[in-house]
Amino acid sequence: MTTQPLLVVRGLHTVFHNEEGAWPAVSGVDLSIQPGEIVGLVGESGSGKSVTGFSIFGLIDPPGEVIAGEVLFKGQNLRDLSEEQMRRLRGNRIAMIFQDPLMTLNPVLRIEEQMLEAIQTHASVPRAQALKRCCEALEMVGIPSPETRLRSYPHEFSGGMRQRVAIAIAMINQPELIICDEPTTALDVTIQGQILFHMQEICRTHGTALVWITHDLGVIAELADQVAVMYAGKIVESGPVSGVLDAPAHPYTRGLLDSLPSAIQPGQRLRQISGMAPSLSNRPSGCAFQPRCAHALAQCAISEPELTTVNQRTYRCFAPLVALRTST
Amino acid sequence: MQTPEHLSSANLSLTGPPTTPLTDTPRRRAILKQLRSHPSVKGSVIALMLLLAVVLIAPFFAPQNPYDLAALDLLDGRLPPGSASLEGFRYWLGTDSQGRDMLSAILYGLRISLTVGLSAVALATIIGSLVGLVAAYAGGLIDTLLMRLVDFILGFPTILVALVLLAMLGRGVDKVVIAIVVVQWAHYARIMRSRALQERRKEYIEAALNLGFPAWRIMLRHLLPNCLGPVMVFATIQVANAIVLEATLSFLGVGVPITEPSLGLLIATGFQYLLSGDYWISMFPGLALVLLILTINVVADRLRAALDPRNS
Amino acid sequence: MSDSTPPIIELRNVHKRFVKKQDLIQRAFQLVGKTPEPRTVYAVNGVSLAIQPGEVLGLVGESGCGKSTLGRVVAGLHRQTEGELLYQGAAVAQLDRKEKLAYTLGVQMVFQDPQASLNPRQQLHQILGEALHVHRLAPADDVPARIDQALAEVGLAAEYRVRLPHQLSGGQRQRVGIARALMVSPKFLVCDEPVAALDVSIQAQVINLFMDLRAQHGLTYLFISHDLGVVRHISDRVAIMYLGKIVEIASTADIFGRANHPYTQALIAEVPNPERRKRVFVPISGEIPSPLTPPSGCTFHPRCPHAMARCREEVPQLEAVAPDHWSACHLNHTVA
Repeated sequence: MTTQPLLVVRGLHTVFHNEEGAWPAVSGVDLSIQPGEIVGLVGESGSGKSVTGFSIFGLIDPPGEVIAGEVLFKGQNLRDLSEEQMRRLRGNRIAMIFQDPLMTLNPVLRIEEQMLEAIQTHASVPRAQALKRCCEALEMVGIPSPETRLRSYPHEFSGGMRQRVAIAIAMINQPELIICDEPTTALDVTIQGQILFHMQEICRTHGTALVWITHDLGVIAELADQVAVMYAGKIVESGPVSGVLDAPAHPYTRGLLDSLPSAIQPGQRLRQISGMAPSLSNRPSGCAFQPRCAHALAQCAISEPELTTVNQRTYRCFAPLVALRTST
Repeated sequence: MQTPEHLSSANLSLTGPPTTPLTDTPRRRAILKQLRSHPSVKGSVIALMLLLAVVLIAPFFAPQNPYDLAALDLLDGRLPPGSASLEGFRYWLGTDSQGRDMLSAILYGLRISLTVGLSAVALATIIGSLVGLVAAYAGGLIDTLLMRLVDFILGFPTILVALVLLAMLGRGVDKVVIAIVVVQWAHYARIMRSRALQERRKEYIEAALNLGFPAWRIMLRHLLPNCLGPVMVFATIQVANAIVLEATLSFLGVGVPITEPSLGLLIATGFQYLLSGDYWISMFPGLALVLLILTINVVADRLRAALDPRNS
Repeated sequence: MSDSTPPIIELRNVHKRFVKKQDLIQRAFQLVGKTPEPRTVYAVNGVSLAIQPGEVLGLVGESGCGKSTLGRVVAGLHRQTEGELLYQGAAVAQLDRKEKLAYTLGVQMVFQDPQASLNPRQQLHQILGEALHVHRLAPADDVPARIDQALAEVGLAAEYRVRLPHQLSGGQRQRVGIARALMVSPKFLVCDEPVAALDVSIQAQVINLFMDLRAQHGLTYLFISHDLGVVRHISDRVAIMYLGKIVEIASTADIFGRANHPYTQALIAEVPNPERRKRVFVPISGEIPSPLTPPSGCTFHPRCPHAMARCREEVPQLEAVAPDHWSACHLNHTVA
């Protein structure tokens, strides 16, 4: 018996309006997330990964606009909801964590006020009980002596601690899904380790699903169950982490893995991907990766490859690197 | 949500050689668009252009040279607008008590106003910017001393200092300019210093130091061009202020000499005749002054809004 | 290591402290007897290093460890508070004007932020040509050719010479920064997190560029980074820095294969590795302390899983635990 997916995104298109037209940031993204699953969304700048996260959460403001697609959360299309209905979901059933914790934390309010606000907006909880929940949330993210720390202001915390507070606020109503937009990119590697440890704990104990947006394949490899690789606004490959990272089908995924310093002997030249990612105004015809692809066929410059699904793996390529067998 | 950095218009034109002229940066396009967007701007810019044109060709335009005492005829004094003169041309805006054609006087008066406005601001900008730049770059004791000097100067109201100075120096357009500059430069120094303090932390300045460039070169070639923005915006607004200041000083009788009247002086001399019905001697110069200040202020305000870093 | 060629850069017990000057009110409080807030940032706290010509020394550490400050002291952008800096065997503080210029130009820096490291109002040919003009390093007629050559060397087409920085991508700007540093024919490059701000696929291109240039020009690098993967790839030796001190320094192979100091071990364990799957994270505890208030004794002791009483009291010194492998840890004394 298959469980109903927690989040299904179908055909998401988001554009940014400009005096010269509408630049496509996300051009047809499909995602499916099961309850309790950790899905990594990997890409470089300009791939549209952050915009996808914001589009799901409903934070795209003009000049941006979500022009097509469905975002089904437990069967309900979020795009059909009014702003008021979305607000009841945000911070309650779905939460988001940003790269800069100061996007979550108001610098002029104490942590206590902000956390109480997160609780009391969605349910009338007596103050004493709410404070207890705040302390528990802070303990869960590894902040020592939470009772005293609650009275602090954000600037009294270090960057890593602030991010932990942001995670605590995201977790406080035990949402079913948390969208994490590069939360550890700006943090030191030992602090990142601590945060990843707490996120793992949280997902294990509460069964929370995560969408982890990042450019760091190493973090995804260690943390996620599923991974989707984005390039120029589209998902070019997705599937279980072991499958995709051990035997990538798409040349871009292969290129990303190969260009890591750990992929080659020290002292030797790294296997770089030539060229640059296309800007929004300059998307090539056919497959967007084709100008940089060493395996491009003539067909790749003319028509865009469709998404092919084999087993649990999907890829968008005319010349995939591995032949994926269908299970019998 | 803020537009992600890589989607900002500055980064959208990253691949391929530049197809638009190099001076046409996305930021400039955005600024021009902002300027064009507001309806009042078009009108003000046109009015300003007209005023400037008129002022420049005034000598060829004006029916009479109001500074040439020989051309004035006292018998023609206080004639209402539209009257004919003895030489045959019309006094379209009437004459003042000394027989000066108001229209000509206003044209020449506008010239003085603009001269004072522009030259006072230009001088104050140059002096203030240099002081602010040196204070920000040198830091330490020099910075402290210069900024205390700035604080001291800013403690005086401009008009008070101007009155005292002009009492000592006497009347004249150049002396009015000096009086204005003596206090105003301090504002520019402060603005430039605060901008330069931010900019000097940037790595391209460190790179310039690393390449062994002399201090003057770093200040003038690297720091200054990147710090001019807020100073220029302030300067455009200050042109109007300088013009008003000059008019005030002349009105009070310490500005320009009576033989070369500016708008302020014209307003002053016409005051006494207001109640007896000769409104045109005060009113038309007053209207001209208001129109000038208004157009400058609107354009300056739009420019300030367009250059606001939050818009980029 | 022959003693005849001196190390190209040598640091002897270098300290760099930043003291925030107190204003009048704070000084008044101090006179009355109220203890002032800590105002001294102990950025670099007694570092001794010798970098040999031709080698690449990787300098690794997390935020607040002082690696960027150390880089700037080496490049001459900060003057050290205490200690000696030697360039090619001669103390920098005692050089005459001509020698000082040779040192300034000889040790060039490549910066972290490609956007802030270029003057937004200068075209590329001005950015690259300025040093040649100012110091008269080449006759004016040769300068355009030198600029084209520099652009070609870093992989940019000659037609880029009239572009402004905002018309380039991050990776291209970083290349211009490297080209600018090379224009004055330096012997030593301090690279301060040069690829941190770049996308993964562009990082590979720029790292390859660094390796090619080193081979072509015989350069020496101090490669500062928090990214252990990159450092491992490009460095001959690696120094690990924590809160202003070097806690371990050894060849790359030794650091990654036989790490001695607990901090080094923690760092290496934490580096995300695409080979690992579904890892159970067991990170080290505690926050990175602030350089305003460094802990007593071994600055790592609050976070160290093996901390002893001695670690709280006594500052460990760098000692050889193996040939050319130095580590500052009291644990090395407990092993008989």
